[in-house]
Amino acid sequence: MQVDEATVRRIARLARIKITDAEAKSLEGELSGILDWVKQLDEVDTANVEPMTRVVPIELKQRADKVTDGEIADQVTANAPMTEDHFFVVPKVVE
Amino acid sequence: MTDLTKLTLAEARDGLAKKTFSATDLTRAHLDAIEAANSALNAFVLPTPDHALAQAAESDRRIAKGEARPLEGLPLGHKDLFCTKGIRTTACSRILDDFKPPYESTVGQNLWDAGAVMLGKLNNDEFAMGSSNETSAFGPVISPWRRNGKDGNPSTDKLVPGGSSGGSSAAVSAGLCLAATATDTGGSIRQPAALTGTVGIKPTYGRCSRWGIVAFASSLDQAGPIAKTVRDAAMMLKVMASHDAKDTTSVDAPVPDYEAALTKGVKGLRVGVPKEYRVPGMSKEIEDLWQKGIDWLKAQGATIHEISLPHTKYALPAYYIVAPAECSSNLARYDGVRYGLRVPGKDVTDTYENTRAAGFGKEVRRRILIGTYVLSAGYYDAYYLKAQKVRTLIKRDFDLAWDKVDVVLTPTTPSPAFAFGEKSGDPIAMYLEDIFTVTVNMAGLPGISVPGGLSSEGTPLGLQLIAKPFDEETLFRAGQAIETAAGRFDAGAAWWTGAAGARSQQAGAKAGKSGGKS
Repeated sequence: MQVDEATVRRIARLARIKITDAEAKSLEGELSGILDWVKQLDEVDTANVEPMTRVVPIELKQRADKVTDGEIADQVTANAPMTEDHFFVVPKVVE
Repeated sequence: MTDLTKLTLAEARDGLAKKTFSATDLTRAHLDAIEAANSALNAFVLPTPDHALAQAAESDRRIAKGEARPLEGLPLGHKDLFCTKGIRTTACSRILDDFKPPYESTVGQNLWDAGAVMLGKLNNDEFAMGSSNETSAFGPVISPWRRNGKDGNPSTDKLVPGGSSGGSSAAVSAGLCLAATATDTGGSIRQPAALTGTVGIKPTYGRCSRWGIVAFASSLDQAGPIAKTVRDAAMMLKVMASHDAKDTTSVDAPVPDYEAALTKGVKGLRVGVPKEYRVPGMSKEIEDLWQKGIDWLKAQGATIHEISLPHTKYALPAYYIVAPAECSSNLARYDGVRYGLRVPGKDVTDTYENTRAAGFGKEVRRRILIGTYVLSAGYYDAYYLKAQKVRTLIKRDFDLAWDKVDVVLTPTTPSPAFAFGEKSGDPIAMYLEDIFTVTVNMAGLPGISVPGGLSSEGTPLGLQLIAKPFDEETLFRAGQAIETAAGRFDAGAAWWTGAAGARSQQAGAKAGKSGGKS
C-alpha cells in the first residue's frame, strides 16, 4: 500500500478537489492499485536513456514578438460565471 | 429514393456531383435518422439541425454554381471535444457547463471551409478519458451492435461503442452521419472503430492541429476521423490535416492526396508482425483474426516478417503516468472563475475545491489525483521522468523495426465489445482495452483500425496497422487491402429507431442477427 489516507487528502488538496471521508477511503485503495501496477516500470533499465521530450523531431517554431490578438474583452469574459466591467469576480482574497 | 444514410462519404459525394439528390436531402435524411435513434443510442449530445440545414442550403447554392469544395454538402458528426464557435462545447463534462467557445477549432474550420455540414456534437467519455463512453456526463452511448442471443435473436445486452470517441463510432456505424471527427490519446479513435465495424485513423502527432480541441494529454492527443470505409477516412483526413501557426507542435509539411494512395496496392510492402503482441491469454478468435489479416496481405503481394518490439508491455503503465500527469496539469484551468461551472465556497480556495469536486466525474478526478501525485515533490523522478525514459525506449523499438518493415500489423483490441458495467468496477481492466493501441501514441506514430471480421458473439473485431511518422499513405494502402479482402460490416436492421423500432422490434431483431458482412 503506497498511498495512505493522509496522502490522498494531501494530493486532493494540491489538486484543489474536495473529497469526502468515504471517497478518501476508497481512493486510498484505487490509487495504490494503479501506482503498484505502474511500478513494473522499475524492471526497465533506463540508466543511460534520455527522457522523451518530443515524439517528432521538429524545430521549435519562433515568431516575431508582436501582438496578434486582443481587444476582445467581451469574448474573454462572455462565459464567466460572474463578471463586472470585464473583470472576473471571485470571493475576497485580501482582507 | 435509396436510403441516403446508407451511403458512404464517397458515394454521397458522387451523388451530389451527379445531382441525384441535394445536400439538403442528404442532411435531412441524417437529421431524421438522429431524431429517430438518439433516445436509444445517445450518440449526439447536441444535434444542431438549424445550423446543419443552413450549411446544406449554402452547399446546394455552391453545387448549383459549379463551385463545390472537397466535402461540399456532406453531413458529419463532430465530437464534443472540439470547440465550435457559439455552439455549446462541454467535453461531456459538467465542469464546462454551458460553455460557448468564441472560436472554432482548426480541424473543425478546415472541414467547414471544405463545405462539410455539421449535424451536431457527439458524445464521448468525459474529457476523452475512458474506453467505453461510460464516463460521459450525458450518460453512456449504446452501440448499435448486439451480440448473438441464445434463441437465434440478438441479445438485448447493451454493448459499449468503445471510447472515448463512442458517440463518433456509434453514430457512423448506425448511419446517423456519413463520417465523424474523433480524437485519440491512447486509442480513443481506433478502439471504438474496432468495436463498431468502422474505420478509424489516428494520424502522426503533429499532422492535425490541436488548436481548439479540449486538451487531455498534450503530448499524446491527436485528431482523426471515424468513417465507414478506408476511402472515406482518407477523404476526411486530407481535409482535417493542416499546418497551423496556432499549434506549435503542428507540422509544416504538405498533406498528400490520401485517396490517391488507395489504389497503389501492397505488392512488395514489408509487413511486420510483432511477437510481443501475442499477449498471454489472448483469445483464439483474436489470434485467428490476426492470422487472417496476415494471409490477406500476403495474398495481395506483401511480405511478412516477424519483428520484436521488446518494450511493448511497458507502454500501458508508462501511459498511465504520462497521461494523468499531463491531464492534471491541463485540467488545472477549470477553476470556476473564467468559464464553466462555479460552486461557491467560503473563500476562493473553497470555491475551487467545491467546483472541481462537483464538476469532474469519478474517472477524471481519479486521473487528476494520480497525475498530481506523480508530479508532486519527491516523486517526479521516480514516476514521470522514468515513464518518459521508457517512452524513449518504446519509440526506439519502432525506429529499429522500420529498418526491416514498412508497416506493422496487430489486432486493435484484446477482445470484442463488452456490455455496460462489465469492466467499470476495475480501472486497470478498463485500461487494458488500450494495450495494443497505446504504444502508437507513446511513439507519436500513425495507426489505423480497419474491420477484420466478427467475433463468435457476432460483434466486430478490428485490425490495426502502424506506420512510420507521416506515412499515413501506407496505412491507407494496407488498410484498403484489408478492407478489400474482409469486406464491410454493418450492424444490421435498425432496432434503435424510436417508435418505428418498437413496432418492428421482433422483425428488426431477427434481421439484426444476420448483421454482418455486406
